[in-house]
Amino acid sequence: MAKLLKMGPSPHVRTSETVEKVMYDVIIALLPALLMAVYVFGIQALTTTLIAVGTCMATEGIMQKIMGKDIDIKDGSAIITGILFAFVVPVTMAYWIVIVGSVISILLGKMLFGGLGHNIFNPALVGRAFVQASWPVAITTFVLDGQAGPTMLDAMKRGLDGTLVAAGNPYVNALLGKMGGTIGETSAIALLLGGAYLIYKGQVNWKVPAIIIGTVGIGAFLFGGDPIMHMLSGGLFLGAFFMATDMVTSPYTEKGQMIFAFGIGALVTLIRFKGGYPEGMAYSILIMNGVVPLINKYTKPKMFGGVAK
Amino acid sequence: MKLFTFKGGVHPSENKVQTENEAIQTFDAPKMVHVALLQHIGAPLNALVKPGDRVLKGQKIADSEAFMSAPVHSSVSGVVKKIEFLPFPLSGKVNTIIIENDGEEELAELTTIKDWKSAPKEDLLAMIREKGIVGVGGACFPTHIKLNPPKDVTIDTLVMNGAECEPYLNADNRLMLEDPKSIIEGIKIIMHILGVKNAKIGIENNKPEAIASMIKASEGDNGIEVCPLKTQYPQGGEKQLIKAILDREVPSGKLPSAVGVVVQNTATAALVYEGIVKGMPLIEKVVTISGKAIKKPMNLKVRIGTMFRDMLDYAGVEREDVDKLVMGGPMMGMAQHSEDVPVVKGTSGLLALTTAETNPCKAKNCILCGKCIGACPMGLEPLMYAKLAKFNQWEEMGKYKLMDCISCGSCSYICPANRPLTEAINIGKAKLRAMPRK
Ligand code: SF4
Ligand code: SF4
Repeated sequence: MAKLLKMGPSPHVRTSETVEKVMYDVIIALLPALLMAVYVFGIQALTTTLIAVGTCMATEGIMQKIMGKDIDIKDGSAIITGILFAFVVPVTMAYWIVIVGSVISILLGKMLFGGLGHNIFNPALVGRAFVQASWPVAITTFVLDGQAGPTMLDAMKRGLDGTLVAAGNPYVNALLGKMGGTIGETSAIALLLGGAYLIYKGQVNWKVPAIIIGTVGIGAFLFGGDPIMHMLSGGLFLGAFFMATDMVTSPYTEKGQMIFAFGIGALVTLIRFKGGYPEGMAYSILIMNGVVPLINKYTKPKMFGGVAK
Repeated sequence: MKLFTFKGGVHPSENKVQTENEAIQTFDAPKMVHVALLQHIGAPLNALVKPGDRVLKGQKIADSEAFMSAPVHSSVSGVVKKIEFLPFPLSGKVNTIIIENDGEEELAELTTIKDWKSAPKEDLLAMIREKGIVGVGGACFPTHIKLNPPKDVTIDTLVMNGAECEPYLNADNRLMLEDPKSIIEGIKIIMHILGVKNAKIGIENNKPEAIASMIKASEGDNGIEVCPLKTQYPQGGEKQLIKAILDREVPSGKLPSAVGVVVQNTATAALVYEGIVKGMPLIEKVVTISGKAIKKPMNLKVRIGTMFRDMLDYAGVEREDVDKLVMGGPMMGMAQHSEDVPVVKGTSGLLALTTAETNPCKAKNCILCGKCIGACPMGLEPLMYAKLAKFNQWEEMGKYKLMDCISCGSCSYICPANRPLTEAINIGKAKLRAMPRK
């Protein structure tokens, strides 16, 4: 025989899906929100995002080299971390802080755990938590149309009128993203569009964002807040569609994912209404990330033919 | 129409169109046939002939005293040339009887039981064994053993597997279209042996013509019902089939008989009919030859002992393009390292797959996407097997119910990171089997 035939166990065919395709689907899904961010905050939103992405990829490449692994920065995961990190900081943030935060995201959030698939916490949120601890003012200074002002959640927490945040109907503004906030979180409709794409592509189980957003809505109602406004503002949509659904840092059975989602929604509500911060999405996700191993342990799939005891 | 199905599974590209309308062709008996002496689960057989002997078509040429065995027969008339230790498709080597075909097609004297309705069950089972019939769905479990379930269980239903859920394959499909009567007659004989009144034939709904054909052939037979199944791999897994059609769940570690069911393949039923009523032993197989490297994909009826190389030459093959040569379906078939191995009773397909089909891809870290869990029809956590195997934690794998895995390959198929899941499963099972039982 001229050619050596390949051996190896069955199956001999595999899905066309690869890790890269999964990751690039997420990147595509993040684009509408990026476009809206440029529209609302100006070109600096794009610059910040590109800087974060570049820093993340470089950090990952250097780390892979140091750790003696294959350089695999094009798998898309570092790009996602970069975009997400940029999305959770304000557009006014100094570039050097953006760079530090991006390095931390990859370094502490991902590579020290062993790289993609081994990290426990969402890398971008690790970077954000670090920046929040180090430069608390820089990360909570929000600007819209050149004017510093409160975010919608701030305003609600302090009992201010929503129309103070931006002119026009506050609900429409929240939908479109015309309000103060971090780069990627403001436009509910753009995030929804991206999320719908991921659901359509089978990368995201719709129940996860639905439960998170639903829980916050109901929670806000119970605490006497404005449920619609609470659902539309802050990082809720961004987190619900793009962070709580991160495969690596969420449970791997559907049941587990639902518990995880409910936990996030409940924590967000508690932080927003009872805690010291106006927003709590990032911390809620990080906390629930830490609980994932436990959730996985107690939500094993139902075994076929398992004997009922 | 109501569609039956199970939970989990995957939807690989069906690739049935290449051969679904290809009528079964008969391949001329080759000049030399190589009859391997291990064609079933169990121990190799002992040859009953020696070099120089003249044998007739249908003559028993090897058998064994072992419980788990079924004899093999010569598929041609001719002279035994050699008995040699040769490679065969189930990996490794085995004693093989090489017969030179004299082209006479002279038949051995064939025993039959024409009036099977009044024959005792024991005689029918003995006849099934004598005809060398094994489950041709792939596992090659001797049929006479499967049709003789333990005395302490009551069997109430015969489930016939016509799902043919493996992509590419159409051998069963074509048989259901071209010879439904033999299958139905075989089913009646099996029902008689088992003493059951109900038989359900499960067929995936991507084979509407086969469904219609079997419904037509079973008309007037109360008790035989055709159940269209959703096209979903592994719909033809025994436990999945029983769950889909009867909504009964075979308990972990048990056989289908535990829930009152015996499963048989439709092609096996036709063999039972041929064997008992016509006296013909299992010496021929319908094989689907397909894959992108094959020029003329087809369904070919070949003699047991025909070499893969001859069949590939007949169908035409771009040898340079072949990435994997597979006996059976792409999901559970076996990769072959050579074309120079013979057809055995379990050969249902011969696939010459190109890289466009096998889609090789570097293994990455597990991204914990959970897709393997969603795909596992047994409700297991396949991702754990790759993790545990890496650290040789075989016993731990057992705790993750490895022995319930049906090796369907759905998990490996769906994994975007191309984790070596089935590798880990195969090694783990072998290690666990070798461990002393506690
Ligand atoms: S673990 Fe076993 S039963 Fe489950 S999908 Fe994988 S091969 Fe199939
Ligand atoms: S499908 Fe692959 S990547 Fe996804 S959880 Fe299973 S083993 Fe990991």
